Amino acid sequence: MSATSKAPALAFVRGIFSVLVLLLVWELGARSKHWMAGDLFAPLRGLLALLGFKPGYLPCLGAAPAPSGVVRSWVAILGESSYWQSWAKSFLRVMGGFLAAMLVGIPFGLSLAVSRVAFGVAFPVFEVLRPIPPLAWVPAAIIFWPTQELSISFVTFLGAFYTIVINVVGGARSIDVRYFQAARSMGSSRWDLFRRIILPGTLPSIVVGAVVGMGITWEVVVAAEMISGGGSQVGGTGGGGLGFFIWNSYVGGSYEQIVVGMISIGIAGFVSSELLRLLGRRLTPWLARR
Amino acid sequence: MSEPAASTPVQAGELVAEGLCHGYGDGEDRKDVVRDCSFSIAPGKLSVMIGPSGCGKSTLVRLLAGFERPQRGVLTLDGVPITGPSRDRQVVFQESALFPWMTTYDNLVYGPRARQDDGPATHALAETLLRRVGLQGFRDSYPPQLSGGMQRRAELARALINDPKVMILDEPFRGLDALTKELMWDYCARLFEESGRTNLFVTTDIDEAVFLADRILIMSQVPTRLRAVLEVDLPRPRVLADLVDSDRANAIKAEALTLLHEEAMKSFAHGSQAAADFVEAYASKRTSR
Repeated sequence: MSATSKAPALAFVRGIFSVLVLLLVWELGARSKHWMAGDLFAPLRGLLALLGFKPGYLPCLGAAPAPSGVVRSWVAILGESSYWQSWAKSFLRVMGGFLAAMLVGIPFGLSLAVSRVAFGVAFPVFEVLRPIPPLAWVPAAIIFWPTQELSISFVTFLGAFYTIVINVVGGARSIDVRYFQAARSMGSSRWDLFRRIILPGTLPSIVVGAVVGMGITWEVVVAAEMISGGGSQVGGTGGGGLGFFIWNSYVGGSYEQIVVGMISIGIAGFVSSELLRLLGRRLTPWLARR
Repeated sequence: MSEPAASTPVQAGELVAEGLCHGYGDGEDRKDVVRDCSFSIAPGKLSVMIGPSGCGKSTLVRLLAGFERPQRGVLTLDGVPITGPSRDRQVVFQESALFPWMTTYDNLVYGPRARQDDGPATHALAETLLRRVGLQGFRDSYPPQLSGGMQRRAELARALINDPKVMILDEPFRGLDALTKELMWDYCARLFEESGRTNLFVTTDIDEAVFLADRILIMSQVPTRLRAVLEVDLPRPRVLADLVDSDRANAIKAEALTLLHEEAMKSFAHGSQAAADFVEAYASKRTSR
């Protein structure tokens, strides 16, 4: 078989290997409290104390729950509906914010790119608001919106919105001027230019903006849930979203569950970005490699 | 035969430029690219415009196509002033301007669809053109999946389906390898001989010019104007290999080169790197002949 057909399999093996090494190092580090107790490691303990760390275990990793413990804790809550409610809550907030950002951001970005007037009027305001981190909006959002649900979705919306708009404007503006010239020579109307040149010409940038925006949405939703109390009673157990799940685990002292929450978010973000990429590839078949 | 012909009459498509002036920048920075430029492109002929690189040929193409309006002077097609882009004047660009998001076929029928002329006759014509440019097996491929030569042929077909009065080709074969280029010359000459359409072919390649042209328009250095017109009275169809030994072809080539050399020397005096390259290329061509 050729090298090209072997390459994916090899990459897969490498990936598995790197994950296994990570788990091994993590497990060893988490158990450092036990194996570092012997006299053999006295100099290491001394060094750690000298550097200002706690001498009993390795910094960071030694304080972390071991992967074996995390898996046990994960398996234990897999059957609990509150865990899955956290998933559903965060997912709905992300989707709400993200879809709103796409629905508003794409037409807004296109109009900025197409119309000099729209650009002149709206872009300065956009550029002033853009550097404000979405999380800085959390208190304002809580005041603005009647329900906490809407506040959190609004913040996630902001996270994706700027990225999508910037990508749409950049994408539409970088369309080769010769495409417009050729189209006009062949008799395109303005609407035809928009529909058959600008829209498909911007599509690859829209996909990129959506994938990046989706990543930011997950970052933002988790922090927003932590800050706002996740829309449920503080100290309550159920349904506050994954960000609240992590915070609640921390408050409750269940360190294994913190890691379960972190990995859950990682998986959620990865899966949603991959789904978007897949959809993007279907929408832009001309970018496929031969 | 007194009734007006519905389709383009074979001898239509006379492009005339009178006193064209065009430039870029303002005040101190202003640079005239075209100054007092007048010429005419004979209907039903293949005219080749040649000049030192950077002399403003592409600016002339944009003016003729109607993408830009000349700052002074008049451009007409069959007596009608040119005010903007039109299906009467189709441009084939330097590098592929096929729409990458459309298949070969969708690219091909772009013009008719834009004009809501999407009927069975259009599709029949598109199929015929696809066969003629040898791309029937690539109708559903996207442009990035085509070779350089195929892209050029697809673009020729996309322009031809609009049945323009004038085809404007701006260094269309630049960047192709030597063999593909010669095949494309052959191809282009055949298309022209079949249709008798007015063609304006812009190039910097003297061999390309002599092989293709009925007339060669030699342009001056920038700011560009018409320097000379050479009639290329070689019989058609032409065979590239025969031209190498043809005294007439070589005489035309020598005359064109002498004129171009003078122009290049002038721009060389102005310190243009492109001109320096040209002078060098010219010298090596002389000695090799």
